[in-house]
Amino acid sequence: MNPDLVMYEEEFQQIQAVCTRLHRDASAKAVLLIDKNGQLIADAGDVANLDTVSLSSLTAGNVAATGGIAKLLKEKEFTGQYHEGEETSVHMTLVAQRVILVILFDERTSLGLVRLRVRKAGEEIAKIFEAMLAKVAEPSAPSIFSEITDEDIDNLFKD
Amino acid sequence: MSFINYSAREINCKIVYYGPGLCGKTTNLQYIYARTAPAAKGKMISLATETERTLFFDFLPLSLGEIRGFKTRFHLYTVPGQVFYDASRRLILKGVDGIVFVADSQIERTEANIESFENLELNLIEQGYELEKIPYVVQYNKRDLPNIAPLDELRGLCNPKGVPDFEAVATTGFGVFDTLKLVAKQVLTELRRGK
Repeated sequence: MNPDLVMYEEEFQQIQAVCTRLHRDASAKAVLLIDKNGQLIADAGDVANLDTVSLSSLTAGNVAATGGIAKLLKEKEFTGQYHEGEETSVHMTLVAQRVILVILFDERTSLGLVRLRVRKAGEEIAKIFEAMLAKVAEPSAPSIFSEITDEDIDNLFKD
Repeated sequence: MSFINYSAREINCKIVYYGPGLCGKTTNLQYIYARTAPAAKGKMISLATETERTLFFDFLPLSLGEIRGFKTRFHLYTVPGQVFYDASRRLILKGVDGIVFVADSQIERTEANIESFENLELNLIEQGYELEKIPYVVQYNKRDLPNIAPLDELRGLCNPKGVPDFEAVATTGFGVFDTLKLVAKQVLTELRRGK
């Protein structure tokens, strides 16, 4: 069972920089980084008109289902998925076993270029997550929950 | 598995509605969706069959307000209740922070309730969880129907641990928000306790 996912400002900036660069280098429409459980972590590119919350949940469901198929076929995992659309295509890759890198792209780029750029960005993201998990595991890691009281939680649910 | 984002100042949690087929899991989410202000909710997604039976899951993102400057966001999911969708149920339980077990109060659904409750315990174990260690509440739905089992009997079958429980009529909303609020509160309390 994976521990809770915690994102601090420093790592968020690093991840955001990787996503922004990937968006540019792959000539993609948009880049989304999604936790395997369906939470959006970062995005880059043209996301203003996208329902990123729904996209994240459905992508995670899709990747989970594909992982289930892999297990039945005794494959460790299918690391990548590609859906070809008329205007927008989607490439999804599982990174470091716990986050999904999603690239939305059109005819301005190619699947080959997207795959190439994704591979490098995936390695960088994996390293950032490794460092972040080590940081979270430290006993001195800051936590918002040390500030929150039971009363704060009660207040949230007052009618 | 919660996601605490210090950069965006958000606490994100996942709540799963579990229970036998046609017990009212989707109806719970539909009522919550209908009665929540547009600013506090995202789009509700239902991956359902042509006959409107849940095929994979329903999904509803919900904001419940702020604590110490952090937005609390809850992702509500339902599982498909039909017995043969077990593989899908296991996938949806991944990363769960809190569970609502929705029991169907009708006498003829007694066996289905027991089977689903046992299935929940088993699937949690397979994911490395224990029901005793996860925030969860029980909802006895369809209390408006004539052929319902007495509450004590349902409690004995679906709530042996004596966790908080609610009577409900999801179609009218009775008990729906009480159930949601309590499980959400338990999830946040558990997160606080774990730190």
